[in-house]
Amino acid sequence: MPSPFILDRSSVTQVMAWVLAALLPGVAAYVWLFGPAILVTLALATVTALAAEAAMLKARGYPARPFLTDLSAIVTAWLLALSLPALAPWWLIVTGTLFAIVVAKHLYGGLGQNIFNPAMVGYAVLIVSFPVQMTQWPGPLALTETPLTLAQSATVIFGGGVPKATLDAVTMATPLDALRTGLLQQLTVDEIMTQPVFGQFGGVGFEWLAAAFLLGGLLLWALRIISWQVPLAFLAGIWLAAGFLHFFDAGRFGAPWFHLFAPSVMLGAFFIATDPVSGATTPRGKLIFGFGAGLLTIVIRTWGGYPDGVAFAILLMNLSVPLIDQYTQPRVYGTGGRGKEPPA
Amino acid sequence: MSRKLFKFKGGVHLPEHKAESNARPIHAAPLPGKLVIPLRQHIGNPAKPVVEVGERVLKGQMIGAADGYISAAVHASSSGIVTAIGPAAVPHISGLPDLCITLSTDGRDEWIAHAPLDYQAMAAADLRMKLRDMGIAGLGGAVFPSAVKLDPGAAHSCPTLIINGAECEPWITCDDMLMRNRAGEILQGVAVMRHLLGSTEILVGIEDNKPEALASMRAAAAALDFTVEVVAVPTIYPAGGAKQLIETLTGKQVPSGKLSTDIGIQVFNVGTAYALACAVHHGEPLISRLVTVTGHVLRPQNVEVLIGTPMRTLIALAGERGGSTGVLMGGPMMGMPMPDLEVPVVKATNCILVKSNALFPPLPKALPCIRCTRCADVCPAALQPQELFRFAKAGDFGRAQEYHLFDCIECGCCSYVCPSHIPLVDFYRYAKSEIWAREKDKRAADLARERHEFREFRLAREKKEKAEKLAAKAQVKRAELAAAPASEGAAVPSEADAKKALIAAALARAQAKKAEAAPKNTDHLPPGTQREIEEIEARRAKIRELARQPLESEEKKP
Repeated sequence: MPSPFILDRSSVTQVMAWVLAALLPGVAAYVWLFGPAILVTLALATVTALAAEAAMLKARGYPARPFLTDLSAIVTAWLLALSLPALAPWWLIVTGTLFAIVVAKHLYGGLGQNIFNPAMVGYAVLIVSFPVQMTQWPGPLALTETPLTLAQSATVIFGGGVPKATLDAVTMATPLDALRTGLLQQLTVDEIMTQPVFGQFGGVGFEWLAAAFLLGGLLLWALRIISWQVPLAFLAGIWLAAGFLHFFDAGRFGAPWFHLFAPSVMLGAFFIATDPVSGATTPRGKLIFGFGAGLLTIVIRTWGGYPDGVAFAILLMNLSVPLIDQYTQPRVYGTGGRGKEPPA
Repeated sequence: MSRKLFKFKGGVHLPEHKAESNARPIHAAPLPGKLVIPLRQHIGNPAKPVVEVGERVLKGQMIGAADGYISAAVHASSSGIVTAIGPAAVPHISGLPDLCITLSTDGRDEWIAHAPLDYQAMAAADLRMKLRDMGIAGLGGAVFPSAVKLDPGAAHSCPTLIINGAECEPWITCDDMLMRNRAGEILQGVAVMRHLLGSTEILVGIEDNKPEALASMRAAAAALDFTVEVVAVPTIYPAGGAKQLIETLTGKQVPSGKLSTDIGIQVFNVGTAYALACAVHHGEPLISRLVTVTGHVLRPQNVEVLIGTPMRTLIALAGERGGSTGVLMGGPMMGMPMPDLEVPVVKATNCILVKSNALFPPLPKALPCIRCTRCADVCPAALQPQELFRFAKAGDFGRAQEYHLFDCIECGCCSYVCPSHIPLVDFYRYAKSEIWAREKDKRAADLARERHEFREFRLAREKKEKAEKLAAKAQVKRAELAAAPASEGAAVPSEADAKKALIAAALARAQAKKAEAAPKNTDHLPPGTQREIEEIEARRAKIRELARQPLESEEKKP
């Protein structure tokens, strides 16, 4: 075995474990602000992802152990679960997770080979196929009279027989939904923002969930598991695009802070757009990738058919990665990039 | 004295493991009963043996003469009888034997007559020839013949001379110990280098984890009649890479595909400077060097070793321990495994590192690349290792070359940090060797095509000439027939002569043409590269086999 003969102690498992750890502040905030339903969703997605991963590894003739223990399937499961409405029916979560692991990951070649982020593929399939069920967001506890316990949440998720009235009592439109609906009703942004669902920056509860994801993201950056380029460019893309529109017509376009402090944005910027497998690899490429995703998010939110656009924006940028990487190759040593040009 | 330093891109902080071996004083290794001295210890042409089996040789006697400009002589490290000249095991990655001269030592260690050189009075070219004949080559690892590097060439001078005492590889301390104990001699060698290169700025770069060496070198530098700046450089691997040290000290980068002398900088290892001082001031050729013996041994230390001493002797000296899992020559980042312990210490041997499972746990199995680009973050050549890996694995060597594969210095930083534990450097070595092989095939094909085209041309020309000749002959004949049908017999000899002359002329033309188009030597490569190619060729099969095996974890279950 040739050199080198020593290794740093890092591993794929370690990287993925840190990503999961960095999601914990977000999960904790979720439970605190919206009730324990998300725990049921997370558990269901995790079990489904591991089972799908094991089955696919077996079908493809790969050893199960090194790939199940790399934790990548669990990361996909959690990212998808945190993107879905926590009170969505069980079959929605299972379908999305299966699609993410089976199609988006393994049919593209497994770990390291998928060109699209699996969690976002799962999300996109669900929002296109089941738009109604994708609105079953639990209302923030601050606005809910009778919050659901863990057992009640499980009943809602697993039991098909929950009366619609019960469901309506515990679910609520997200701030982005409310904004979209309001704008379609020809209300101005200021009028919409008077609804109880809106808080300081974003929605009540949602803004703090976003802050918790931001905190976890900063942890990943501090540990150098993600680079600064993608999240910063992503947030800058959102802020600049939303700010530009808001500056010209504050009545028709939401404020940039409102757009930034949606949980999907922080989750997308720090945990999803930073997925190394499906993202750009060069430093300049990461800036382009992140900025493009931010810009597209606002474009889709503003003119698209869905209230949120993070998933589609990231998938579209995933498509562009080979092109971005090819045209942003950094200068290598000795080609005049760094240091001084040699004297002639 | 604080010099503005520059940071080179990338690099990694490694566990140093220097304290194990730099605490004990330097010992001289015992004289072994047998010395095996390879004729190829340097880059360039191997030395040619100038002794015969059965001959008695003296310590310091030349036993292999330098062959050509880029070459260096080899010498008997002690007195004794030549017992064999033939292939023997050498410390080389290929594990293949190479031509060696084996001496049976007589224990008298009797020197050949030798005297210091008055280098300042000698013509520069003569001095360089002398150094080549004294076997001086770079002791930092590349073993490039120093005489060649000491020729400033058309530029007539090399303004900046950098002495490399960085020693960034973990475990190795031979340069550290040399600087601590023999700083004066090192700088005497530097004076000779300065003399030959006409350098006006002399910098010594030493990693700041060697305060004793820095102090010792600074004290020695203060006593000189010319300025030598001893600079502490940050401890980060590979600070001691020539290109990285140049950038750290001067902020300049050596342009891709060029030499540092093209930007007026030459770099030598401290050990080379010391060897040069011994050669000039004592007339002693390069027959010994300092070697760090460390790792899984009882008494890690530095030893003054005669070239040709079997490595086993040194491990015994440092105290062998049970449970060894192999021996490396060099450090853990760029060193190479030794096939057995009978291989001799050569000029390139800076360290003998004994491995154990505790010190060097077996490397885990590789997982697929997740494109995390940690490798790109640490690559000192600013490459995109993850892309090079992808191209090398797919056999897309053209793309690998476009992505600057040949700027890779094989320092191992990428493999070190890879969370998927992919042996990246192996893939780059494999891709390089494949590209060399293809270029060689292409040169052969070009040559064959040229030959074929010339043959076609020659056949066509001959046919035409023949036709012309026939036409001419026919005309002559007709004229003769018309003019003098009676004197037929007399015309015959002259016609034959003309024919002969014609044939001779055609032959001469063909030969001239052939000489002109004779196979141009396809190997216009500098011998350094050529040797590298040969080495790579030798181990190509091995590497290729390795690279062909899919990553362990990708293997299908049986």
